[in-house]
Amino acid sequence: MFDIQEKLKEIGPYIEEADDDLLVCRCEEVTKGEIRRALHQGIFTIEEMRRYLRSGMGLCQGQTCGKLVKGIIAKELHVSPVDVYPASSRAPMRPTEMRILAEDGGVCHE
Amino acid sequence: MNNTADVIIIGGGVNGCAAAYYLAKRGVRDVIVLEAAKSIGHGGSSRNGGGVRQSGRDVRELPYAMYGIQYMWPTLSEELGVDVEYTQKGNLRMGKTEEHIKKLQTLASNARAVGLDVKMIDKKEVKEICPYLSDEVIGASWCPTDGHANPLTTTLGYYKRALELGVRFFTEASVKELKKVKGKIRKVILADGTVFEGETVILAAGYESRAIARTVGIDIPMMRLIDEALVTEMQPPMTDVMFGCATADFYGHQTVHGSFVFGSDSGWEPTDEMIDPSNNCVDPSKLITNAFTLSASCRAIQDYIPALTDAKIVRSWCGWLDESFDGVPFLGPVDEVPGLILACGFTGHGFGTAPSVGLMLSQMVVGEPTVVDISALSYNRFLPVR
Repeated sequence: MFDIQEKLKEIGPYIEEADDDLLVCRCEEVTKGEIRRALHQGIFTIEEMRRYLRSGMGLCQGQTCGKLVKGIIAKELHVSPVDVYPASSRAPMRPTEMRILAEDGGVCHE
Repeated sequence: MNNTADVIIIGGGVNGCAAAYYLAKRGVRDVIVLEAAKSIGHGGSSRNGGGVRQSGRDVRELPYAMYGIQYMWPTLSEELGVDVEYTQKGNLRMGKTEEHIKKLQTLASNARAVGLDVKMIDKKEVKEICPYLSDEVIGASWCPTDGHANPLTTTLGYYKRALELGVRFFTEASVKELKKVKGKIRKVILADGTVFEGETVILAAGYESRAIARTVGIDIPMMRLIDEALVTEMQPPMTDVMFGCATADFYGHQTVHGSFVFGSDSGWEPTDEMIDPSNNCVDPSKLITNAFTLSASCRAIQDYIPALTDAKIVRSWCGWLDESFDGVPFLGPVDEVPGLILACGFTGHGFGTAPSVGLMLSQMVVGEPTVVDISALSYNRFLPVR
């Protein structure tokens, strides 16, 4: 069981940092400051962060920024990065054209 | 830790978060939300296609679907301080054969009978609304007041606002059991043994609501069904309508971001492992999807929207629907368990109605009449008539 209001109290208010304008997710252009601000609004998990800011939701699906986002979340929540639950990986592994995927799966049963 | 509150909401999905927000907004701030997963909105709330529609709905749902679209969705972004990307540019339900058109005509005339503006349009009008569609589309039904929104930011927007107003949220808080005290709902017991106590309990935990309600003797007739979704890479702005088709092969829209989100299912896909050997029937709780669904969806989509044939798909995912036996949710108080309110069984179309459902749940808690009559959605509609 995880008490979100307690954690918010523990981590205190958002305080601006000098490198907050650093681009963390290149595909969706999400900055370190945006991620830190979201954390102080109660967006604590990578899954929620992806949905809230689109970090890791672009073409590379977080293959570039995944570790960076995890590090920022861990630092801000005062936990070890190993305790930050990773994002789910989903098919397809690389962006794939609709016409290619449409050929998969063998026969159409209609 | 104080484990007692006026209201305990089981389920941190869009309906649970919306109910928490509307309660807090009206001054009921001693509210606890319990979410089983690590993340808020982990279930269907974040896995759906984002439809905010009235067309195609059961007449019992229509009044509050229309209420939300008329009075709540247009100002929701402003109210929550988060862009929910609400876009009211119509729903196009396409047909390719005379049989499809006949089906769409029936749906449209049913909708008109209850006061919804849905009309049939021909091939030329379809092309005017969206020039990227296949020439095989010979007509469509058109509901101009339907639309779409972003389910991810809507769910988290309600959550964030409720947090700001003081609602307490617990994640990884899986509810195992409810208990009555002196004939009234009182205790909510977690799998880890923690006990929460409340005057009122709202059960909005999707399919899991069934097992939870059973612990106080109520069986909610619903089952689980899987639905798949996919998202393309960013495309140039092409259309802002919500798509559907007569055969329900897929639905979807282009998001504000530029990517297209489509949802679909290719029906139940039973395999040998799902057959219950005791009766040789498929065990519905074991139904899963398989890799063919994504391909089948792509075939359906590119046949209707050939312009997307070369669009790259970046991600696919799936989610469980809490499918009610008659396709509409269970909304309202439980007579046998005073203080317990149900909000489950949304059958895959609960996102678009979440604002009005959240508002009505807050009204039920304080004992006010709901903005529209929802007595037809009571859980006891399945009771035998004597």
